[in-house]
Amino acid sequence: MSARPLLQVEGLRTWFPIRRGLLRRTVGYVQAVDGVDLAIEEGMSLALVGESGCGKTTVGRSILCLERAREGRVWFGGVDLLRLPSQELRPYRSDLQIVFQDPMASLDPRMRVRDAIAEGMHSFGIGASESERTDRVAALLERVQLDPRQMWRYPHEFSGGQRQRLCIARALAVEPRLVICDEAVSALDVSIQAQILNLLGELQQDLGLTYLFITHDLGVVRYLADEVAVMYLGQIVERGGTERIFEDPRHPYTRGLLAAVPSVDPQRRSAAAQVLGDVPSPAHPPAGCRFHTRCPEAFDRCSEEAPELFAVEGGRSRCFLSE
Amino acid sequence: METHVVSNLVVALLLAGGVWTGVAIRRDRLWSEAARSLWRRRPIALIVVAVYLAVAVLDSIAWVGGGEGQADAVAAHEARSVVDRAFAGTREASFSAPLADAEFYGGRPLQRPGSHLFGTDILGRDVLYLTIKGARVALLIGGLTSMIAIPLALLLGVSAGYFGGRIDDVVFFVMSTLASMPGLLLLIALIMAMGRSTLSVCIALGVTSWVGLCRVTRGETFKLRELDYVQAARALGVSEARIIFRHLLPNLMHLVIITFVLMFSGLVLSEAILSWLGIGVDGSWGQMIDQARNELSRDPIIWWNISAAGVALFGLLLAVNFVGDALRDILDPRTLRENQ
Amino acid sequence: MSDTPAEAVIETRGLTTTFPGEGGRVPVVDQVDLQIAVGEVLALVGESGCGKSMTALSMLRLVPKPGRIEAGEISLAGSDLRRLSVPAMRQVRGQEISMIFQEPMTSLNPVATVGAQVVEAIRLHESVSKAEARRRTLDLFTRVGIPDPDSRLDAYPHQLSGGLKQRVMIAMALSTRPRLLIADEPTTALDVTIQAQILQLLRDLQQEFGMSILLITHDLGIVNELADRVSVMYAGRIIEEGSRVDILGEARHPYTRGLLLSLPSLASRGERLAEIPGVVPPPDQWPPGCRFSTRCGRVFEPCTTQVPAVSEITGTHRSWCFAVAREIES
Repeated sequence: MSARPLLQVEGLRTWFPIRRGLLRRTVGYVQAVDGVDLAIEEGMSLALVGESGCGKTTVGRSILCLERAREGRVWFGGVDLLRLPSQELRPYRSDLQIVFQDPMASLDPRMRVRDAIAEGMHSFGIGASESERTDRVAALLERVQLDPRQMWRYPHEFSGGQRQRLCIARALAVEPRLVICDEAVSALDVSIQAQILNLLGELQQDLGLTYLFITHDLGVVRYLADEVAVMYLGQIVERGGTERIFEDPRHPYTRGLLAAVPSVDPQRRSAAAQVLGDVPSPAHPPAGCRFHTRCPEAFDRCSEEAPELFAVEGGRSRCFLSE
Repeated sequence: METHVVSNLVVALLLAGGVWTGVAIRRDRLWSEAARSLWRRRPIALIVVAVYLAVAVLDSIAWVGGGEGQADAVAAHEARSVVDRAFAGTREASFSAPLADAEFYGGRPLQRPGSHLFGTDILGRDVLYLTIKGARVALLIGGLTSMIAIPLALLLGVSAGYFGGRIDDVVFFVMSTLASMPGLLLLIALIMAMGRSTLSVCIALGVTSWVGLCRVTRGETFKLRELDYVQAARALGVSEARIIFRHLLPNLMHLVIITFVLMFSGLVLSEAILSWLGIGVDGSWGQMIDQARNELSRDPIIWWNISAAGVALFGLLLAVNFVGDALRDILDPRTLRENQ
Repeated sequence: MSDTPAEAVIETRGLTTTFPGEGGRVPVVDQVDLQIAVGEVLALVGESGCGKSMTALSMLRLVPKPGRIEAGEISLAGSDLRRLSVPAMRQVRGQEISMIFQEPMTSLNPVATVGAQVVEAIRLHESVSKAEARRRTLDLFTRVGIPDPDSRLDAYPHQLSGGLKQRVMIAMALSTRPRLLIADEPTTALDVTIQAQILQLLRDLQQEFGMSILLITHDLGIVNELADRVSVMYAGRIIEEGSRVDILGEARHPYTRGLLLSLPSLASRGERLAEIPGVVPPPDQWPPGCRFSTRCGRVFEPCTTQVPAVSEITGTHRSWCFAVAREIES
């Protein structure tokens, strides 16, 4: 185990300005990501879990510098990516790749699949000639269990699951060390999902990849992740090893999330709606603890003070009850 | 360089361009399927457009010489096109009705009785000949103007959409300002300022018609920029120039084509209005119609010259609109997706 | 045919809906038999493209062109819906049978207030005054758990969250006290904590109103939470049906078993998930015989040539599979 984690995020804040009026004055901010710390060791998988509006997708994009973070540090290979000017950032891009959720929108409909996969190789000078790149594309397609002869087709000629494999191949083409899977299996049918999850597991074994899974699906999390970080309204509210989180969740939101997931065990009809009401707008997070408006265990202090991430056994929890 | 030489060169370039486009379409499966689909849907309209194009090309290939022995001595030393030569020596003295044997007023026998399909005009010129020559003018107006307007619209629209911020503010401001000015008055002002010529009309029309396409391009670029495959390209370290040329422009092409085809008819009609105001292009159908206005009040009425020009104009624009609508259906990205 | 249940609210027999395809019309809903008893929740389960949504639309005779219902009977409390005139069918829709959809965002008219839309729905089917309809709407909003119902009556859809919009849809669907509620993926677009709330709401309302629900979903967890009985569809056909416990606990058809086994929540870390190889064939490439034969691990001789007939596993549990039939015999 290396001394330093492969990826370390400190105090990440990404805010989106809200502009109104004729002169487009900034009247406020959507605090999409507001103080997030993460660390992933090489070869491990971290799941970033949360519901819509919690900011998990923005965390992924900020790490990849596809969104500009306002504050914070993203340490990768000893360098803070956020401080690098774009020319110096470019070589690092090949180490960090992303697979998106929507297999329909992830591939340029007017580009042949071979060209789409080779595009990254082109930017980083991988492969000395066009024909060498074609060979590499063929090898990649085989690795993701697709027929290499189909590389001259267009994306719309493939099914959803196959397109997701193509996106994985495209990400692998530049030989990344970290792959961010942003809801990569959410849009797929259950039977295809299993195929892709198996593929991702295999690739991690064979290539020593590190994964950051961004997802809302707790079933997938339990199966794939070594560690879990739960997000709510831009902040991490609980963190820890997967087993610990599932067996002994400390934060009321985590508990509510786990309780809400319906099980398929016919002996247990257990989905309970513990978390009340609707998610507040990220532009106006509640004062004090952001979760207190929906928390079944809230008390006075929760609306006045914002809790920190207190250390608990096996992780951290942002709740006064865990103090 | 003399105009006819320029004209010949342009025709050569256009033909070369046409061949290259044809080859490029063949190689790209998506475009060739679209082309085949278009042929299936609107074969007649396509043939009509092709006929007009052929006629225009024929009227653009011109050379000097071979005119000895003609009644009009000047013509022998001027560059004359294929069409000119085909209709050489068909001039009469004055009006005659379609397929008539004698002049309309006065009844004097014609030099070539029964051969003027659409009769002759006040100067005795064969109306069919004038109508055919108008095709070249119409296509020139539509084509040249588009070649000015489209690159301008694309450049500004894509920059505004992709880079946003200040650039977008500037472009948006320019667009809105132009769009708020009364188009016709602006056209007149520009043409007067630049002097009456085909080029100045085309430039003026170009300047006043790029806004529509620019708006659409800007909006579409905003949308495309956020799509996952563009984000993936950024994550893959692809340079912004390459993203614009490789990912954005090809996905905007369908809009450009549709807009071009539909803009075309608007441009030709605009020129007709300009001719009615007296500042159009010489030899256009608009001008023919304008000149024929007076003849309508004669008794007996002279109707064939305005009809010929009107029918020719209508025919081209109808065909172009059919093709444009069909293209819009075929190239709609949703249709492209559903077809698979 | 099953012993007719106590009182079937709705029943379909041999329902077949076709769409044009290469080489003729394709039955995207193929000889589907369903029965839903009074007060029962039937889940129609399958992955995308299996025909479950189209089955629901067929029951309401809302099949989009160029599709059409080719065969079968749809009896709602005795009368065959296929024989009704168009105006009579319109009366049935929204009154006897209501439907709620997956995307609350696009199911509501964005330029009318939500209160106005529910009022309109009520007044379409009953002659009551606007004031009375508004009072009933307020009542419904409270019943479905919309906080601050008074002020919400005049809210526009974009001002409401996904969960609230879905509650409004449910209120609208219930306003006419229908016999049957068709819920097409009602919680798929919602967050899991909101989903739990909506599922609880549906359970409570179903008890209270005593209505039947046809629940269309691909999520077996939701099936467990809400359904009494389950029918599993694949490529237009029903391939297994039974009670909730039958299907989730003792599934026999290889497809159903494959679905259950591929769920990550049932697997342990590091263990490979059981996969169903291949993909669902598109309608114009359906194989002859059993349509699952191209992906089935237990395929044998009759599967590729004959369509499997029904095998009774227990009184409530049935399956359409040659391998299962063979098992039962031995």
